[in-house]
Amino acid sequence: MQTVIYLVTILLYIIAILVPLMIGVAYLTLAERKIIGYMQVRLGPNRVNIPLPLINKLRGFGQPLADAVKLMFKEIIIPTNSNRFLFVIAPTLAFAPAIAAWAVIPFSEKWVLSDINVGLLYILAMTSLGVYGIILAGWSSNSKYALLSTLRIAAQVVSYEIAMGFALVGVIMAAGSLNLKEIVLAQNGSLLHWYWLPLLPLFVIYFISGVAETNRSPFDVAEGESEIVAGFHVEYSGMLFAIFFLAEYANMILIAALASTMFLGGWLSPFQGLPYLGALTDRVPGVFWLVSKMSIFLLLYLWFRATFPRYRYDQIMRLGWKIFIPITLVWIVVIGLAVLIKLPPWFN
Amino acid sequence: MNTVTNYIKRLFLWELFQGLSVTGRYFFAKKITLQYPEEKTPLSPRFRGHHALRRYPNGEERCIACKLCEAVCPALAITIEAAPREDGTRRTTRYEIDMVKCIFCGFCEESCPTDSIVETNLFEYHGQQRGDLLITKDKLLALGDRLETQIAADRASDAKYR
Repeated sequence: MQTVIYLVTILLYIIAILVPLMIGVAYLTLAERKIIGYMQVRLGPNRVNIPLPLINKLRGFGQPLADAVKLMFKEIIIPTNSNRFLFVIAPTLAFAPAIAAWAVIPFSEKWVLSDINVGLLYILAMTSLGVYGIILAGWSSNSKYALLSTLRIAAQVVSYEIAMGFALVGVIMAAGSLNLKEIVLAQNGSLLHWYWLPLLPLFVIYFISGVAETNRSPFDVAEGESEIVAGFHVEYSGMLFAIFFLAEYANMILIAALASTMFLGGWLSPFQGLPYLGALTDRVPGVFWLVSKMSIFLLLYLWFRATFPRYRYDQIMRLGWKIFIPITLVWIVVIGLAVLIKLPPWFN
Repeated sequence: MNTVTNYIKRLFLWELFQGLSVTGRYFFAKKITLQYPEEKTPLSPRFRGHHALRRYPNGEERCIACKLCEAVCPALAITIEAAPREDGTRRTTRYEIDMVKCIFCGFCEESCPTDSIVETNLFEYHGQQRGDLLITKDKLLALGDRLETQIAADRASDAKYR
């Protein structure tokens, strides 16, 4: 009986995380089209409204729903010479880790689905697993463009995983824990106690590697519309394609959540410790701060996409191996010294 | 010295930040999107859209079936058959333009000695069945009748440049 109740509560928690996440993904696509449109002096989608009071004035608010319905009614085409089983299962393999990683993200001091001590290790494992879905998709569709994309993505993700891992080593050294909740609590104090300041190079490198890990522009050589059509998902259509899309956006939100958890103090209020504002914003739930911080990173993702042309492939490799990895290695030593001398206000 | 500044600029992503500031500024710029069905761009009097056959003010059709347009048409979109009418004048019995073939070059209009075949500024048309875009003589004449004021005004405003 107790097991059943436990399982049901866990299931409810999962739903409570996943439903807002999926809504977030849906509206991130709209935000992307709107923001990139605005930056290109266009308006973006503004026709589909939801005919409900209050929100019927928001132009284009129904666009994600319309897109979802359209994709659901599309035919799923399976190439004749593909590996059917892997072809169908690959989108799920890409999508599942992107969602599973949310289990250890702390939304506020008490809101975390599974408060495990190796949270960061679990996150690294999950974000690395996601790429297998993409590799399998590219391989099983038996198309030359998809295979080229797979080769590119495999090399790219391996390179940037190292820089990303080193950036996280800095965080682990600073916080002295792999538990995400404790990493956030170690940043407690004020805006200046957050790790973005002592770990600034690692913070920048982590986010840029995150952009590369999620195959977003300017590191989207795996999709590379102009050279290899759409890369690993050329042969996908309908809902199978939509799942890849969901996975990409869920990964973006995940990277944003991780960056804000590890470098911007997660659920902690930015006004903490300030004379008036601190007391005034004390009651605001931590989720609000986490989501605001995530929005900053998501905006950056979209801003990058609107601004930068795609990196050439050798430039991507050079950036990953010859710039990011040396900088992270140096900064790990710096952090080690700072921790050793208990540099205030972060490491005392 | 120059190499050092360049190196520092590259390390701190200086040019990337410049790029971001450009898009950031345009984010707040006034949007130039034209909301199409509600708003439309002004059209030039020389606009080359859907074809029409014109008539003289007395109602007589201008086309004398000289077949110059058929001859000049680079896409072979025009088909003309001609025969004498009861009163002995030479007229077309069949005048068809295949809008699927037409490339809207305007040569038919240029070649026409009587200003009969013209390209109007109508560009919002469609066909739902095969054959809908094969425009017959009746349809061309009817369209000419409907748009005559516009056609005449466009020709008049462009006349001094011809």
